[in-house]
Amino acid sequence: MSDLSLVGTPAKSQVLDRLRDFARNSALLRKVLVLALLALIWEFSARFSAKPILFPTFTATMAALWEALTTENLLTASWTSLTVLLKGYVMAIAAAFAIVSLAVVSRFVRELLQTLISMFNPLPAIALLPLAMLWFGLGERSLLVVLVHAVLWPFALATLSGFESVPETQRLVGRNYGLNGPGYVWRILIPAALPSILYGMKIAWAFAWRTLIAAELVFGVSSSTGGLGWFIFRNRNELFTDKVFAGLAMVIIIGLVVEGVVFRLIENVTVRRWGMQR
Amino acid sequence: MLARDPFPVAVFEVDRLTLDYPSPAGTVRAVDDVSFRAGEGERLVLLGPSGCGKSSILKAVAGFLKPASGTIRVRGREVKGPGPDRIVVFQEFDQLLPWKTVRQNVEFPLHMASPLAKTEIRDRTEATLKKVGLERVLDSYPHTLSGGMKQRAAIARALVTDADVLLMDEPFAALDALTRSQLQGELLDLAEELGFTLLFVTHSIEEAILIGTKLHLLSPHPGRTITSLDTSGFARSDVGSPRLESLSREVHDLLFSPKARKGIPEHV
Repeated sequence: MSDLSLVGTPAKSQVLDRLRDFARNSALLRKVLVLALLALIWEFSARFSAKPILFPTFTATMAALWEALTTENLLTASWTSLTVLLKGYVMAIAAAFAIVSLAVVSRFVRELLQTLISMFNPLPAIALLPLAMLWFGLGERSLLVVLVHAVLWPFALATLSGFESVPETQRLVGRNYGLNGPGYVWRILIPAALPSILYGMKIAWAFAWRTLIAAELVFGVSSSTGGLGWFIFRNRNELFTDKVFAGLAMVIIIGLVVEGVVFRLIENVTVRRWGMQR
Repeated sequence: MLARDPFPVAVFEVDRLTLDYPSPAGTVRAVDDVSFRAGEGERLVLLGPSGCGKSSILKAVAGFLKPASGTIRVRGREVKGPGPDRIVVFQEFDQLLPWKTVRQNVEFPLHMASPLAKTEIRDRTEATLKKVGLERVLDSYPHTLSGGMKQRAAIARALVTDADVLLMDEPFAALDALTRSQLQGELLDLAEELGFTLLFVTHSIEEAILIGTKLHLLSPHPGRTITSLDTSGFARSDVGSPRLESLSREVHDLLFSPKARKGIPEHV
């Protein structure tokens, strides 16, 4: 029976099948669906609570976001935050690589690094801000200090544990070819530990964002133009709640893009391609 | 003039080797006073039950372990550390670096070992991979290969360097029986064709007799020499023959006799 009906509309059912396959297998589509669902829940709960000054709707937030982007230099503010963030992030990652590489070679450095990580990793970066302001004044340098602190320890921890869990056979293969010192770290340990390193970079990226936005909230203007945190703080003071939400949405959007596009892309050409991560 | 060595020049020579392991209860002797040597094109197999230190001996020859006493020489030079003149084939499938393709894995030791031109590295890599039957997966990543193909690639990686001696640590132990016997045959064909010198570790008596031209039997805890045997007269065609069966039984008795268990050294 079903055969007969299929014979009647072969082309149509094929198209449907292909669509269904696409819907099932496309990660992008799944992600968009999840986001749409969350937006829908937001919209309805905001309408239900009916207090736009406290909890604006999704549509109002998007409208405010558009307005902020086109007329209030939200993009410039985001860019200001991003450049500071990237500076701190890159500095911390480079420093972490240097220390962790030394920790591989020297047992003393490893002990030192492990102690430093257990001392400083639980310390919220924002708690260092008053001290940083005292030492370096109101400016980018203070922001960079807290950023480096926020990124360095979690990333060093992830990288160190990644290096330590490199399979014994691969270590022996590297040594078999006469590799040692920097060559050994670069050609064996880093690629072999790349899944952990990328994981550490993602965690560190999130920590950096949190810290930077929090620091900008405390600290106001970091230079002539304020960053995203300052945008949020200013609009809260004037009770433009929809713009506060727009600022928060901007943080989330940048986070989603970096996680879903940048890191995803890096993973696709490395660890996923090599079968080291699914 | 210097006096000539009465024996043909040894490719590798292990002399009164003793290996110790640190453990919480103090040092543990893994290998006690083991000596053997192999000349050009010989295939020496270390055979013994687990705990006889055969893998430790191989690791010491590779340069990963420092002897407590005794010396290891390869082509007359004392082994001081690991080096690409002694490429190791391990048992584990993850010995191929997952971030390199099969071709890049095989090229890697060549880049490390010698200042060859790029085209020559490429040609040698392709020729060697063809020899082990992997010409169709040159640019595949290791995770897409079967266990047998991974071990073939690891063997190619060892062959490509023209190393003085190839070291193989139970390379076929993790394979299924069919693939294992196929790879044993292929390794013998390659040995015939290329005439490399091999130090091979196994706990399988039949594999030892097939692969080796010389067997070196070891007793466990600590590893001591039981005896050495010449098995160069055995070929693949002898599989299942009474001659090989009786030698297997003899080796089995030597390994598991009460005397061997007590580990009384007996040099032959």
